[in-house]
Amino acid sequence: MSTPFTKAIVIGASSGIGESIAKRLSAEGVSVALVARRKEELDRVHTGLVHRETARVYAHDVARFDDVPELFDRIVGDLGGLDLLVYAAGVMPKVDEGEYSFAKDRQMVEVNLLGAMAWMNPAAARFEAQRRGTIIGISSIAGERGRRGNPAYCTSKAALTTYLESLRNRLSRYGVNVVTIKPGFVDTQMTRGMKGLFWLISPDQAAETSLSIAHDMTSPAVFVPARWWLVALIVRLIPSFVFRRLNF
Amino acid sequence: MTPSSESMDLRKEAPRKVLDGFGRAVLAASRYAAPESADEMASLVRRARAERMPVTFRGSGRSYGDASLNGAGLVVDGTKLNRMLSWDPVNGVAEVQGGVTIEGLWRRTITDGYWPHVVPGTMFPTMGGCLSMNIHGKNNFKEGPFGEHVVDFDLVTPEGDQLRCSREENADVFHTAIGGLGLLGAITRVRVQLKKVESGLLRVDPCAVSSLREMFEEFEKRLPHSDYLVGWVDCLSEGAELGRGEIHQANYLHADEDPLGEVGFHTERQTLPTRILGFPKDKLWLFMRPFFNNPGVRLINTAKVVSARMNHGKKYLQSHVGFAFLLDYVPNWRLAYGAGGFIQYQVFIPKAEALGAMEDILRMAQEAKLPSYLGVLKRHRPDAFCLSHAVDGYSMAMDYRVTAENRERLWALTRRFTERVLAAGGRFYFAKDAVLDQEQVRRAYGEERLARFKAMKERLDPQHVLVSDLGRRALGLA
Repeated sequence: MSTPFTKAIVIGASSGIGESIAKRLSAEGVSVALVARRKEELDRVHTGLVHRETARVYAHDVARFDDVPELFDRIVGDLGGLDLLVYAAGVMPKVDEGEYSFAKDRQMVEVNLLGAMAWMNPAAARFEAQRRGTIIGISSIAGERGRRGNPAYCTSKAALTTYLESLRNRLSRYGVNVVTIKPGFVDTQMTRGMKGLFWLISPDQAAETSLSIAHDMTSPAVFVPARWWLVALIVRLIPSFVFRRLNF
Repeated sequence: MTPSSESMDLRKEAPRKVLDGFGRAVLAASRYAAPESADEMASLVRRARAERMPVTFRGSGRSYGDASLNGAGLVVDGTKLNRMLSWDPVNGVAEVQGGVTIEGLWRRTITDGYWPHVVPGTMFPTMGGCLSMNIHGKNNFKEGPFGEHVVDFDLVTPEGDQLRCSREENADVFHTAIGGLGLLGAITRVRVQLKKVESGLLRVDPCAVSSLREMFEEFEKRLPHSDYLVGWVDCLSEGAELGRGEIHQANYLHADEDPLGEVGFHTERQTLPTRILGFPKDKLWLFMRPFFNNPGVRLINTAKVVSARMNHGKKYLQSHVGFAFLLDYVPNWRLAYGAGGFIQYQVFIPKAEALGAMEDILRMAQEAKLPSYLGVLKRHRPDAFCLSHAVDGYSMAMDYRVTAENRERLWALTRRFTERVLAAGGRFYFAKDAVLDQEQVRRAYGEERLARFKAMKERLDPQHVLVSDLGRRALGLA
């Protein structure tokens, strides 16, 4: 079954996968609300959209949770409805070997997880009531295991994956589609400068796959590209006493 | 921070909740709060007014459509305001908060030999809901609506005024807020007059009828000596048997006719069966579900008709609860309609036109292959309330299953029904409605009544703080 979207909110639309998703949606003729912290970047994305006239820009810091309910209502009012919410905001500050920074940990949990909850709550309620709608959450393969390199990032993505699964189990009976996208390495600002990357894909490739999955309403939680599924399986099967000796 | 806090920012802090109409065919996601006191309720309304957030009051959520829904604001659930404030067993007057249910009321009063003058088909609606929708029962032709037995009530307006309303004091508000759809203020306290009954039992006389015409004739014959009268209509029957069914007439027993005596007033004698056809009633809706389609309902209705013919004229004694609350026999029966739920469409048509119009509606539904799965006929009389749905005539309530596939066709079909009802001078009942538009409401209720209601709205709630999805759809409130 393929579901056309008509009115969408993309959070984290100023760069990376979020930007690419926003561009693709606009090209499909979807009215898009672009939400992100950096207004100038949003304006840049807006300028490059195919259907600029049906897109709107909203500067918002996802860590300002209290602002979300009103902003959500305002955007839905501006769009005249809603059938798709994409949460693509995410941060992964570099955490050095031997570094323990609560400030960085908190930022990751706030942006990657709590911001998603703040936005998905009103969307879920709206979609349940209207008996249709799609939520796409950009999680990560990093949520599959707790790696030594960045405990808070793995935690935030694991929690987001679980949260999305719960939402899906809650909403699927009402005709609402909740999609978890778990990308591997994507060529964005987040990964720039990182060593040892492989199977790197562009944000546009990730966006294309994500939207295609969401349209089909068949695969609720997927790795992007799909071959990361095998990596995830192996990673999950590695015993803890071995995993703790690994360096990735 | 509690929901009662005067400083609470509702837009930021009030949780969202998805609420449905009882028919489950209409839903809305709203901000939600359930205050625990009248002061807290007033505080919430004040806060909402300050934030310009529309408020809808909700009781037990028994209205079938969108009367207690608010997709663009705050729903204030009044069910925690459920204290009985006083009970006078000498005069039969109960003073209650708005969240007390019909069940809460009769359980307290029946042991003293009092029963509400008017009850609906379910015991779960709140006093606030009964008053705001001005509910009726199977004795509307005799006792009128619920509002006729309200002694007085307190209405707290969004402007913060508390009005004591009775037939003597604020009489205009009394006659408008009763049946005022909860759009004029919060009902915080109600005094209700109950009826002294000599027995905890009723004598029920079942009567099978072979057509709607025969049902009408039988109703007119029985009206003068009935206390309650209700007809079940097989909406799938056709031709000469169109609208066949069964009438249940019930009459109060005199004390000397009652085999139970005082014992009949005990609450343990006023119960519903725990098993139906051998099934535990809690799960019965699951067994009903496979039958909620045209062939299944046809089968059930045929069985009911056969049973009605076998039991014709076999009078029996039944408790007030057993006779009154048929809708409560099967808990969660509404789930049997499936994911799309159902709408109830109830028409009130003057006596002279009622039979023809109702037969036409039954035929239209059958031709569209969207028959009602339940039909209930009742007799009514006019009353003095502003937005009264009652006429000197008949009502038929019909339940239509809603699915994703039939929704559009069903709404179109109800538009055809509505045209027929309006042509017959009929009205509708907002507690059941999910389909009417403003123009249809204007034609049904007339400019003068609606103008009176809107003038009262401007007087008590000039900022339109109280707005429901029903108010937006049917009355054009914003």
